[in-house]
Amino acid sequence: MAHHEFTMPIDEAQARALRIGDTVTLNDTLYGIRDATQIHMFDRGRKTRFDLRGHAVIHTAPNVKKVAQSAAHPAGYAPLCVGTTTSERMERFTRPLMQQYGVRLVIGKGGLREASAAAFAELGGAYLAIIGGTAALETTWVEAIEDVDLDDLHPESLWKFRVKGFGPLLVAMDSHGASLYSRVREAGRAKRAGALRRLGVG
Amino acid sequence: MRIDLREVEEAAKELYIRALKRLPPDIKQGFDALARRESDAGAQRMLGTMIANIKVAEDTDNLLCQDTGIPIYNVWIGRGVEVDGMALKDAIRTGCARSTREHPFRSSVVHPTTRVNAQDSTGRGIPVINIDFTGERDALVIEMVPKGSGSENNSWLRMAIPAEGVDAIKTFVVDCVLEAGGKTCPPTIVGVGVGGTADLCVHLAKTAATRPLGTRCEDAEGAKLEAELSAAVNMLGVGPQGLGGDSTSFAVHVETAATHITMNPVAVNMQCHSARRARATFRPAGVEYGY
Repeated sequence: MAHHEFTMPIDEAQARALRIGDTVTLNDTLYGIRDATQIHMFDRGRKTRFDLRGHAVIHTAPNVKKVAQSAAHPAGYAPLCVGTTTSERMERFTRPLMQQYGVRLVIGKGGLREASAAAFAELGGAYLAIIGGTAALETTWVEAIEDVDLDDLHPESLWKFRVKGFGPLLVAMDSHGASLYSRVREAGRAKRAGALRRLGVG
Repeated sequence: MRIDLREVEEAAKELYIRALKRLPPDIKQGFDALARRESDAGAQRMLGTMIANIKVAEDTDNLLCQDTGIPIYNVWIGRGVEVDGMALKDAIRTGCARSTREHPFRSSVVHPTTRVNAQDSTGRGIPVINIDFTGERDALVIEMVPKGSGSENNSWLRMAIPAEGVDAIKTFVVDCVLEAGGKTCPPTIVGVGVGGTADLCVHLAKTAATRPLGTRCEDAEGAKLEAELSAAVNMLGVGPQGLGGDSTSFAVHVETAATHITMNPVAVNMQCHSARRARATFRPAGVEYGY
């Protein structure tokens, strides 16, 4: 189980080198994306001016404060609390994010499903698990909000964060078809019978 | 006892902010109890990070989680309290909106079809305000629960039938926990409603999910189910964040109500590990804040 220190963006070989159980820490750029962002990008024909090629996107809609534009706050927003949402609702957007925008890494909580696993395998990408609900800690890894696009969808805008030491994140789905979530789900199905027996259900 | 509604508005504002920043002591103890028992090294590390996050939020005066949730206010009115009920609800609603704009933090509330966000955590029927009564004469209690969506999206109702018996209830709870996996941000409090009508059953599940850890169902049959189900769901190996381990849930909480001779309803509503709540109690001497 290796640790990978990435300065974003990365290439396909770097993404394919990741194996489940590895850990990753990101530096420089990280994009924040959410349900409404992707509904508008992929169902309603909206485009972003950001170049996402080789980048990581995190499933988020942060708490921010409007401030005067400055070197510290180039987008006029200060990050207050940046966390992570449940990924599975956005399952169908993994492939178009990778195919149309060249995204390599998806960060979230709770995991993605089979269609995303197939996209990671085919196009070279991975899912990195962050610990949901630990946003106060996560916020200490965010240096600034560098830019924002599609902000009419606020807070579900497309956010460009500058991050430093963002992690460690756990590689939970890789480009070799492995998924920690599938393993836990399959094991859970096997343990179900034992739990029901203990409950006297028979 | 007369209630100053300006104080209620301030409390509604203050409670939302407090709930988002400070985890109740019973939940912290729940983390410690899980960490003592956890046998999986990865799960142990994750619990450690969750516990560290509670401290970071306190040290940096930040929100525990980015999800500011759907605001719920539970109100209990003492029999000696004089208050204009409509104005009380308005004051709570105004305080809720002010907390969002003035702190500020994220408004997570949108219209259900247009998806338009008013950016103040309010909308049609939101915040949820539940009014009930308390036997304590000179007391008005307001509890605030910011209910996160990761756990709320994993809510179920099953109108089982009498011939399926209690087995249907037990099986349903186990299957809901498996179905939820990591999506609910485990370790969770699994709230189970048993009996009632369809809507009451779901409400009971929510009451159960947001009850302090260490409390028990007042119905002995419900309490028995709580003990059995708490042990059973932690045999499933879902673990923190659905990534494996013993710590799937802090506890299973059950609330019961009588039901119809033809009915056997069961509902599940979950609370994530950021099991936030805050409470203000108005008494003649003043307002006291707690959990």
